[in-house]
This record gives sequence, structure tokens and C-alpha cells, in this order.
Amino acid sequence: MNKKRKLSRGVAVVGAGMSKFDMFKDRDSKDLFAEAFVEMQSSVDKGLDPGDIDALYIGNFTNDFFVHQSHWGPILADALGLAPRPATRIEGACASSALAFREGVFAIASGFYDAVLVGGVEDMSKRSVEEVAEGLALAAIPDERNAGFTFPGIFGAIATAYFERYGASREDLMNITIKSHDNAPLNPKAQYQATICDVMRSKIKRAKEKGGAVPDWSDEKDFLRDPIANPPIAWPMHLFDCCPISDGAACILLVGEEIAKHFTDEPIHVAGIGQASGRGLSAADDLTYFEATRYAAKEAYEMSGFTPADIQFAEVHDCFSIVELLHIEDLGFFEPGESYKAVADGLTRLDGSKPINTSGGLKCKGHPVGATGAAQLIEVWEQLRNKAGDRGVPIKDLRVGAAHNLGGTGGTCTFTILERR
Amino acid sequence: MAETPISDYQFEQFLQDRKLMGVRCTECKTLFVPPRVICMRCHSSDMEWVEMKGEGRLVAFTCIAIGTPAMIEEGYNRNNPYCSGAVELVEGPRVVGRIEGVDTRNPETIKVGIPMKAAFLQQGVDEDRKTVLGFMPTDESRE
Repeated sequence: MNKKRKLSRGVAVVGAGMSKFDMFKDRDSKDLFAEAFVEMQSSVDKGLDPGDIDALYIGNFTNDFFVHQSHWGPILADALGLAPRPATRIEGACASSALAFREGVFAIASGFYDAVLVGGVEDMSKRSVEEVAEGLALAAIPDERNAGFTFPGIFGAIATAYFERYGASREDLMNITIKSHDNAPLNPKAQYQATICDVMRSKIKRAKEKGGAVPDWSDEKDFLRDPIANPPIAWPMHLFDCCPISDGAACILLVGEEIAKHFTDEPIHVAGIGQASGRGLSAADDLTYFEATRYAAKEAYEMSGFTPADIQFAEVHDCFSIVELLHIEDLGFFEPGESYKAVADGLTRLDGSKPINTSGGLKCKGHPVGATGAAQLIEVWEQLRNKAGDRGVPIKDLRVGAAHNLGGTGGTCTFTILERR
Repeated sequence: MAETPISDYQFEQFLQDRKLMGVRCTECKTLFVPPRVICMRCHSSDMEWVEMKGEGRLVAFTCIAIGTPAMIEEGYNRNNPYCSGAVELVEGPRVVGRIEGVDTRNPETIKVGIPMKAAFLQQGVDEDRKTVLGFMPTDESRE
């Protein structure tokens, strides 16, 4: 992994769209992907003839399990009226659509295609909580599953190792939860539209209406410490450390850089793109960092020529609060063991020096796993085009943003740097 | 032991005999638990089985309220969580397993670093019943 890599042809994002993320009883993957596609089409400044799309790369983790249907490539190509164009499904657990993005980039960079639709979808909410946990655990490593580990359990165990090494605690994770909930109401696509204070107010109101004991939490952390309001899922992960179960879709239009001007005067360029494979709890070098993220980041930084300091804001995989905390170290934004202090100081808040997860993150925007990687990149794209509304990063001359996506228990990690030139 | 195939299946067969076995690369001498057919360090495929002492220390753990289907079947739930963890063996490798003999309703009382010993646990019903790898605190760590 020592060679400095580059694309033999530049690639740009010229359109992007996503469905609302939520739990939908009455909508399936085709409906959600069509919603994302329609929004993508309307986002192309100079218009898009869908006939110009050469191929599709679709990320999906395990709709096979969740809705008992596989083969989503051609099903979605047909739903969008794009058959007989080739459609390839890509699976990388929760990083599936970041991999679809990457394969789409390579397909264009090779010169084989000029315009490619990449994206992802997941339809999770038709299953019970226990079944969703079982479905997600399909991406764990066999010995972890035999040991009874669920996904929250694996990341909970990682948290205990990190706490022991660096002296952090659950209180530090709460800062991440509070931040995500503060950002989410500014994102109309987010599944949760409530700050923690909003959640507290509505619970107090409901308690009063029911005539029972009315909780008297002194502040947000007091609420998050309450095991009734915030019950344990897999110590030290409690409910509010965990992303929700979500349905949703996201898609992005990639084109060769030299033809981007036919679509928009404001293309966003793929500056760096990294991917790596990691090992599980038993074989990982260390339990307090994700080795695959470090490799993926190194590859993307070297390709782009940027350093961590150049990344003005980022979407960072936060399926669980601890995962964001570790990754902002692995991506080089903070030194090992320092991220929880930076978070406590507010540096990763929307108005901080390194805003993280302005979208509300997986925690609040939602995590339809196959759609997540693309949705993260859409947030970066919107921010770089100054289209993020009230959650726009308040940095003058926003130019470089990035998205980090993780699949499994760190088995697949990607880091993608986008740039407005 | 040279004829015994190197596989996860065989690893589980050893557990049925209450043996925690790893493999050692005959080239670079690195140990692996669970076994690997190909050495992660030097890529040799000449591996041999070695029995582990079954002693180590807890390096990470979690107490799970919403468990896997197999553990739900064992009777674990929100009111009766179970512990899973990673143990670093005295021989070096890190291995994951269920952790018994700890207070799963009060996870603050469970400390990373405490000495552990292997516990061979029975799991599953009827023909699915088998011995799985677990660990429990040694007498020393209870004091």
C-alpha cells in the first residue's frame, strides 16, 4: 500500500439527491430510490437527460435479509427506466454505497464510461429490533458472532478499551450525542428533528398528561444518565449512543471532469479516495483505533495532496457515538486520546474549528446502511456548494470536505475527499 | 498433531474436549487463536496446533441487553443481560468469548485488566448443544 495512487482521468460530482430518511411502513426500496433519483435530476444545474447515464453502481448491504429480496442492481435500473444499462450491486456492509461511489469513480477514470449513477438503498424497518440486530450482525466476524457479540456490543467493547487507555467515559460520549441532535433539526432529510432538550421537553409533557411522576432532569447529560430515559443496549452503549433503524436511498451523478461543464458551472471534484480492509476484535493491531480507516485516510491524503488540517469539515461514520470519537483521531484531525477533549471543547460543533457530521450524522440523520456512504458524500457536496441552508459550515471560502464510511466492525473503511476548485 | 486439519471446525471440536487450541506458524513462530490457515505475518501455510493455557486478562467487554438469536434462546434479555469480551492470553493472542461470573446488571463493577481463565460453556438445546469458549475471572481477581 505504499504506491501513491492517482486517477488517470479526473472525476466530478455534478448532481446528487436523497430520499427522506425515516421508517416507512408504506414505501419500499424502489420508491425511496426513485425519490432520490428525482431530486438528483433536479439538482443538475444545466439539466440531465437520463439517457446520458452509462451505468449504475448500487450499494446495498442486506435487503436480502431485511425484505427477502436481492438483485437490486437491475431492479432499480428498471424502476428508473434505465434498463438495459448495466447495473452492478456492491456490498460492503454499512460502507456499501461508498464502495459503489468508488467503483463508479474508477469506471469513469478508466475512460470506459462518461456518466455513471452511484448510490445505495436499504429498507430495514419492516423487521423487529431483534431481527435488525441479527441482520446487521451478519457483517461481524464469525468468532465475534459465536461469542454473542451484536454490533452495539462490539463497539461497546471497543469503548471500554478506549476508556481504559485514555481515561474517557460515558460522559464524553454524551457530548457527541448532544451535538448530533443539535445539528439534525437543521437538516430536513434527517430522521430525528429534535434536540436532546426537545426530547426532554416532550417526555416531561407526556408525563404530565399521563399524570405520573414528572422527571426533573437538570440538563441534557442528566437526562442521558437516566437509565429509564436512556436504557442500556450494550454497555457502555445506551440507546442515545446508537443510530436508529432507517429506510432510505441516496444517489450521485459522476461524470468525467472534462465534460462536467455540460452539467454545471459548479462541479465538485473527487480529490482523494481511499479504501482499506480491517480485521476484527481478535486480530486487530489494537482495539483503540481502526487500522483500515488509517490506511484509507493515508491513501486519500496522499492522492489529494491535502493534510488533515486542510479538511475544513467532515462527515464521519458514527453508527455509535464511540465510533465518531475514535475516527476523528484515525483521520488525523486529533491526536490519539485527545478527541474526547476536543469534542468537550466544542471543536467539532457546527461553529467549531472542525465541524463533524453537520448532517446530524448517522445518529440523527438516520442510517439506512446501504445508502449511508452516498448520503454522507451528498452532505459534503451540498456544503461545498453552499446549499446546506441553516447547517451550512460558517467558514469563509469553503473548499475541501470529506466523508468517512465504515462497514462491519471496521472490516471496510473508506475516506473520500471532495474539493470545489 | 500434524495431521489434524487447521480449521475453525477443528477449533470447535477441540472446545468440545475442553481444550483451547491455537496454531503456531512453524516459520515465524507467531501464534493465532482462533486458527489461521495462512500466517498473517509471513504468509507461510505451515501451521501446527498448540494448546493454550487458557489464562489471560480482560481487555474489552460489553454487557448486552438485546442479544443475538442464540443468546435470546438461552434466556438472556433486557432484564438479564450477558457479557461478551476480548481476552489477551498469556501466550499473546487476543481471543473473544462470552464472559461468565461477572455482574452484568452493574457493568461499572467489571474492570478491564482483570485476570481471566477459560470457561467451557454449554450452549444450545438438544442436538445443537455444544461447548463454546468463555472466560471467567480467576479467584485472584475476585479478591
